Amino acid sequence: MALKADARAEADRLMAAFQGAGAAVVEADILQPAEVLLDLYGEDIRARAYVTNDPIRGEMMLRPDFTVPVVQMHMDGGAEPARYCYMGEVFRKQEHLSARKSEYFQVGYEVFDRADPVAADAEVFALFASLLAPLNLRAVTGDLAILTAAVRGLKTLESRKAALLRHIWRPRRFTQLLDRFGGRAAVPESRARLLAALASGDTLTQSPMIGLRSDAEIATRLAALQEDAESAPISAEEVARLEDLLTYTGTCTAALAHLTGLARDMPTIAPAVDRMAARLDALAARGIAVDTLDFEASHGRTTLEYYDGFVFSFLATDPDLPPLASGGRYDALTTVLGQGRSIPAVGGVIRPGIVADLKEGAPC
Amino acid sequence: MLKLGIPSKGRLMDKTFDWFGARGITLSRAGTEREYAGAVDGAEGLDLVLLSAGEIPRELAAGRIHMGVTGSDLVRDKLADWDRQVAELAPLGFGHADLIIAVPACWPDVDTLDDLDAAAAAFRRAHGHRLRIATKYHRLVRDFLTANGVADYQLVDSQGATEGTVKNLTAEAIADITSTGETLRANHLKILADGLVHQSQATLYAARAADWSDAATTLADLAPRLGFTAPRL
Repeated sequence: MALKADARAEADRLMAAFQGAGAAVVEADILQPAEVLLDLYGEDIRARAYVTNDPIRGEMMLRPDFTVPVVQMHMDGGAEPARYCYMGEVFRKQEHLSARKSEYFQVGYEVFDRADPVAADAEVFALFASLLAPLNLRAVTGDLAILTAAVRGLKTLESRKAALLRHIWRPRRFTQLLDRFGGRAAVPESRARLLAALASGDTLTQSPMIGLRSDAEIATRLAALQEDAESAPISAEEVARLEDLLTYTGTCTAALAHLTGLARDMPTIAPAVDRMAARLDALAARGIAVDTLDFEASHGRTTLEYYDGFVFSFLATDPDLPPLASGGRYDALTTVLGQGRSIPAVGGVIRPGIVADLKEGAPC
Repeated sequence: MLKLGIPSKGRLMDKTFDWFGARGITLSRAGTEREYAGAVDGAEGLDLVLLSAGEIPRELAAGRIHMGVTGSDLVRDKLADWDRQVAELAPLGFGHADLIIAVPACWPDVDTLDDLDAAAAAFRRAHGHRLRIATKYHRLVRDFLTANGVADYQLVDSQGATEGTVKNLTAEAIADITSTGETLRANHLKILADGLVHQSQATLYAARAADWSDAATTLADLAPRLGFTAPRL
């Protein structure tokens, strides 16, 4: 295990490289207001971030990552386009007994640029690939924009699409919903009873109204349930195509051919597939061997839920090691934190401590 | 000496005394009602420590006691990776309680976790904050909801009278222990059909972190009498 000093020295080297690529150095507070992070990540973040209490500022978290403060800082009036880099400790609670660290360095590089998002994707990936090249890592890429476009193209109720989109990042729930909307899972008994009662106009409950959720909200959902029950299931053909897309793995070149074929039946993914084609060209122009670069369609679905386009990770051969680097596009996050404004953004982080570990073990 | 921690008062203590008594080991409180010291009759090398049931998981994790009796809900909620910190020796067959998720009975459209998730999404859009679930079992409930893919909720801490939080508008739903469901009904709440988080009962545990060098033989003697196989610790 690398000492903190080794990790810091490696972080300094990476920072120098990021500055060489044109990034301005930014800092972020270690104590972050918990509310923003909770709002963004949900209750799960409590299991992963250290929460503490400030008598004046209320609930605070030791920063679990830099993305949120950096995006906030940029949206608060950063010039455009912008390239930022940063380094420092992040803090992650480990809920399982393991050798994984709960405090470690991250070095990051973020690009806010409207001009050519595809080129920015390639720039970030190629920069990371060149910095990590001596370590012989496996890079994996994906593209969440293709998945969301596929869901948006389903011929079914908007409410069903919205539910599926909401759970893109929770694969198990997504599958359950798809099974139900596709008519493959039985309607729960209680739902069947409720629908029968609604149809016959029976009184649904004798219980007094309590709590904040209003009569009107309940009525809205009851109407949505009836609409859902009356709608045809998503066709088996469409479900099969979506599943084919979700489980696809291959090289980027093969993936592009496969997805281009799929786009003939799923026209809504065509623009995202075109962007992927342009991205692969941009990557190839930067010397990345896209013929051997891995593409996994579901990559990025189990990470923190803010990536919405190109995603990538660099992995060591030892499966016990966390990813050495990861990143992706998060345009929607800038909208959430931008209070009405937004900007295409892509970036990633490297863990210098693990880079230092691997360098110790391997001559490079 | 093998230190055995058991709850210091109430039904849990009495039932634990009965359970050991039925197996030939008489446990009792020494001295007066108010003194938290214990006496053991019928087993060599066993030292009785009376503790609050809520502190027993922590004492086991720290290895300050070798064995302890407490609710399985408390062990699983308070200890991360509980089964790597303690070994379950024997369920004691009492102190049964279910940790469940309950919502207002006036929500006819919510009967499963799937419904709860959908209602939470709509609630967040309408109210600008996540649907609040009051509980004191944060780890168990969060792990359960995460595993089941429920989103757009937040846990709010409630250390008592949790069933009243919905009516008091401090939560929209609750996750709490129930045995008969009486209190839930009285507070106009209903249990979700698939909302059973954990079935708890009083359980005898062994501490993996304890120093067993002077207690291992006592454990080996106790195992056949108490009806469990001595675990590898």
